[in-house]
Amino acid sequence: MAEPVETYPRPATTSTLPIPTVIVDDVHVVYRVTSSGGRSKSPAMALRNLARLSRTKVRQVHAVKGVTLSTYQGQAIGLLGSNGSGKSTLLRVMAGLLPATRGVIYSKEQPTLLGVNAALQNDLSGERNVILGCLAMGMSRDEAYERCTEIIEFSGIDERGDFSSLPMRTYSSGMAARLRFALASAKQHEVLLIDEALSTGDAHFRRRAEERMRELRKAAGTVVLVSHATDSIRETCDRAIWLESGLIRMDGPTDEVVTAYEKFMKEK
Amino acid sequence: MTQAAVRDPYAGLASAQVAAWYGLSTAGVRPRLGAYTKQLWSYRHFIGAFASAKLALIYANARLGHLWQVLTPLVNAGVYFLLFGVVLNTRDKIDNFVAFLCIGVFIFGFTQSVAIAGVKSISSNMAMIRSISFPRASLPIAAVLTALRQMFASIVVMLVIVFVTGEQFNTRWLLVAPVLLLQAFFSAGLAMALARLGAAASDLGQLMPFVMRTWMYASGVFYSAQTFAEHIPRFLAVLLQLNPMLVYIELVRGCLLAVPPPGLPPLALWPLGVGWALVVGIGGYVFFWRGEEKYGRG
Repeated sequence: MAEPVETYPRPATTSTLPIPTVIVDDVHVVYRVTSSGGRSKSPAMALRNLARLSRTKVRQVHAVKGVTLSTYQGQAIGLLGSNGSGKSTLLRVMAGLLPATRGVIYSKEQPTLLGVNAALQNDLSGERNVILGCLAMGMSRDEAYERCTEIIEFSGIDERGDFSSLPMRTYSSGMAARLRFALASAKQHEVLLIDEALSTGDAHFRRRAEERMRELRKAAGTVVLVSHATDSIRETCDRAIWLESGLIRMDGPTDEVVTAYEKFMKEK
Repeated sequence: MTQAAVRDPYAGLASAQVAAWYGLSTAGVRPRLGAYTKQLWSYRHFIGAFASAKLALIYANARLGHLWQVLTPLVNAGVYFLLFGVVLNTRDKIDNFVAFLCIGVFIFGFTQSVAIAGVKSISSNMAMIRSISFPRASLPIAAVLTALRQMFASIVVMLVIVFVTGEQFNTRWLLVAPVLLLQAFFSAGLAMALARLGAAASDLGQLMPFVMRTWMYASGVFYSAQTFAEHIPRFLAVLLQLNPMLVYIELVRGCLLAVPPPGLPPLALWPLGVGWALVVGIGGYVFFWRGEEKYGRG
């Protein structure tokens, strides 16, 4: 936890500085994994695992090892890093979905995480999911019904027939991802965290999504985008953060960071 | 681009200081009870929409569809009638056994379905909890609403059965409504308490059918509660009289049957019913709220 700091009013000289939206202060995340591992497949195995539990070593995975960063209004930040570098864990901590083992995160409103496997009800129609999602994000009923058509239109799921009235389980993975993005980006979020959500969409949709992200930033929001596609980060982000083995390796203008990252990946 | 070039404009300052200037707070802090309740109220449309969505899903794959809302309790009552009314013959001392049994099965069935849905209400909506922040109590409350809407149909069937088996309609029948309201309040608290327990220990879902069955046998669904007194120690029999499900079932029987089964008088049952509704309803809500920041984490 942070030690109490005696605060004083903000000096007038800071009025020209960018306004922070999220402050991540020396955050560590340690996963605890019981190494007996694996789900039991038979009653006998389950019993053995249970009996062994006291003896098994709890292994620790240090996924994020002290990350400090601030995001500011109107920024689009690309988060880069090889597999297992802790990008997704960091996003989940920022969204308040995973507690930080050490360190503090400050934000005005809880950042929204838009992930590939985030959540809609598969047995419900797309339309009903949109209404439910809008209400869950705190829209009023009138607003939800009003925005519904617009969201479905943006997602483009009705381009090949009336899919919005079919259950979500009949959708292709790309269609579902598009609908999720359309839904999550319909509301003005102060901070929107996107975890590889766009990688499933086709080129046409990606263009529209990039356009939408620019709009969100203009409305004084912050967008953090995790992607392995350096092209899409170059196109949409003005700042990039390169995470490697749970630590920030580089933080700065997109061009510099992406170039260094690409060089690193080629040599690896 | 210009902003990105600014690496850390607040270098050298404590993050807590900067956070305080711009009104940022640490994430994952539970709101106070009053603020939480207000927030929950503003999500009422979501709760309603979620409840009807779930209701639409329950029988989506059954050909008879929502007819099962009525058929399930009817078939249940039929099985119990065969077993207890015919085979074991517990009907001797009871005037209108069919109505007696149906009231028990239908009233207990409501709380049972709420409890079973409540246990799973957090664990089965994990994906949603992990992607959107909303007051989590919406989920168990929606489960109660789904069960409540399912119950309306079965209550009508219950009243028809009671009427057909020879009971006369009178103004006392209207008192069923407040009893059901109390029971709904009680069940909602139960669902919220179970939701928190079920979120912490997923094995609870496997245990629920046994817990509920034991509870049903202790609630005088198939036989008069007086039977207990003949078979178990006195203090246990008295304790069983306080069983909330027995209280609600006996209250409804008292309203609908001309010859209510022997047991506690209505004057004792009503305060018990109100008491249970308040204690469990409010207690369950507060208990659930105290775990609010932990749902879906870790």
